Amino acid sequence: MSSAAYFYCFMGILRRELNRFVQQRGRFFSSLVRPLLWLAVFAAGFRAALGIAIIPPYETYITYEVYIVPGLVGIILLFNGMQSSLSMVYDREMGSMRVLLTSPLPRAYLLVCKLLSGAIVSLFQVYAFLLVARLFEVQPPLSGYIAVLPAVVLAALMLGALGLLLSSLISQLENFAGVMNFVVFPMFFLSSALYPLWKMRESSELLYYICAYNPFTHAVELIRFALYAKLNIEALAVTAIVTAVVMMAAIVGYDPKRGLLKRKLGG
Amino acid sequence: MSELAMRVANVSYRYDSRPALDHISFELARGGFFALLGPNGAGKTTLFALLTRLLHTAEGDIEVFGVPLEKSPSRALSKMGVVFQQSTLDLDLTVAQNLAYHGALQGMNARAVRERMDTELGRFDLLDRKSDKVRTLNGGHRRRVEIARALLHQPQLLLLDEPTVGLDVETRHSLKQHVRTLCEDSNIAVLWTTHLIEEVQASDQVLILHNGTTCAKGRCAELLSQYNAADLPSLFVQLTSTSL
Repeated sequence: MSSAAYFYCFMGILRRELNRFVQQRGRFFSSLVRPLLWLAVFAAGFRAALGIAIIPPYETYITYEVYIVPGLVGIILLFNGMQSSLSMVYDREMGSMRVLLTSPLPRAYLLVCKLLSGAIVSLFQVYAFLLVARLFEVQPPLSGYIAVLPAVVLAALMLGALGLLLSSLISQLENFAGVMNFVVFPMFFLSSALYPLWKMRESSELLYYICAYNPFTHAVELIRFALYAKLNIEALAVTAIVTAVVMMAAIVGYDPKRGLLKRKLGG
Repeated sequence: MSELAMRVANVSYRYDSRPALDHISFELARGGFFALLGPNGAGKTTLFALLTRLLHTAEGDIEVFGVPLEKSPSRALSKMGVVFQQSTLDLDLTVAQNLAYHGALQGMNARAVRERMDTELGRFDLLDRKSDKVRTLNGGHRRRVEIARALLHQPQLLLLDEPTVGLDVETRHSLKQHVRTLCEDSNIAVLWTTHLIEEVQASDQVLILHNGTTCAKGRCAELLSQYNAADLPSLFVQLTSTSL
């Protein structure tokens, strides 16, 4: 296969994800409603209860709305990552995953293309959310809107790969819904998305450490710093390493030699 | 270049402790039609998953035009077009979008896809449905779209897993005729798996699979005389009931 073939393949997968995205406008709006509810309702209720000290990357006192926006970007990506894996499970039941897997291009490449396409689709949702968030006086600098792009793509890849790995391990849709409850919500609540970690430490040392080791915390922090045109090297390193490891595990999960597909086909 | 479109030699497969296929061998000539016949649960879908590399062939060898599938999956897969038993079309996308996606997965550029799409859809009388969503097509048309899609990258081997399941008698017949004509006119080798005996003709090469083992193999007419059977249905019953 020539290098052009690889390019056409990626463009084809991306176009399909975009076509599906356009077809499912309801999904786009519901993915915006969720974080906007948190921002408009939850944050309004909490801003009085929770004082935020000056913590990097912020240089001044901030409102709670400003604090939770990066976390809500994270939740958009987390839901998308899980939803696209849900569609993988669904796809496979419908069979279109088989079409992907019988392409002559290397399977690892196909899966990476699929993840990257999912990440690009997520960008539309994230930027739409960030624009609406300006109405709530969450107004990062213009450079932040540019710097946040690679951070969002990396975080989306990490969470998409996690979803892909789960989809290769779970054989039934019902089980998958169960895992969502045990993955999505714990990941979200045990992170710095809704409250700064020092606040968590005041309540429980154990929970603090769980939050600190949660990769989602690092993805959110990477986005938080990037949104103010700053680089959090630790968050970048953790997110990049976790992305690489989880992606490799997911690719192994879809290797015909490893027998994970065997379980599904053999029943 | 190999004279065979596909060679399967001593392929066995087991799901954990449960054996699914036991030393299956057959050869499919270029431009030939090969029917893989067996009742439900005989192992046809497992064999199909091995032939399309959804499963790993741990025992035995599969070659596509002389290319070993396990050693060179990319080269082997690029030579085959596949139609799975379950529909693999995206219902919310149009016929053209579904075909374009497949073409891209085969490494084809947009222009080549457009040209080939028109040829294949034209061959199946579906050109006017190009911009329709797959959801609006009936079962027979969806199957034709899947076959047109499988032929988009001009493979010389077409694998179809129970392509007529869920279709009415008339549609089944016309689909079968389409594929047979394709086989003869374009010199495309076809492997057709089915549990429907009437889809096999006397001149076809056939392999009867039962409980994962080969019951009989050869040209249909020769098998009938060898087993002294009046027709294929009675041969099928004779073979599959004795080995129970």
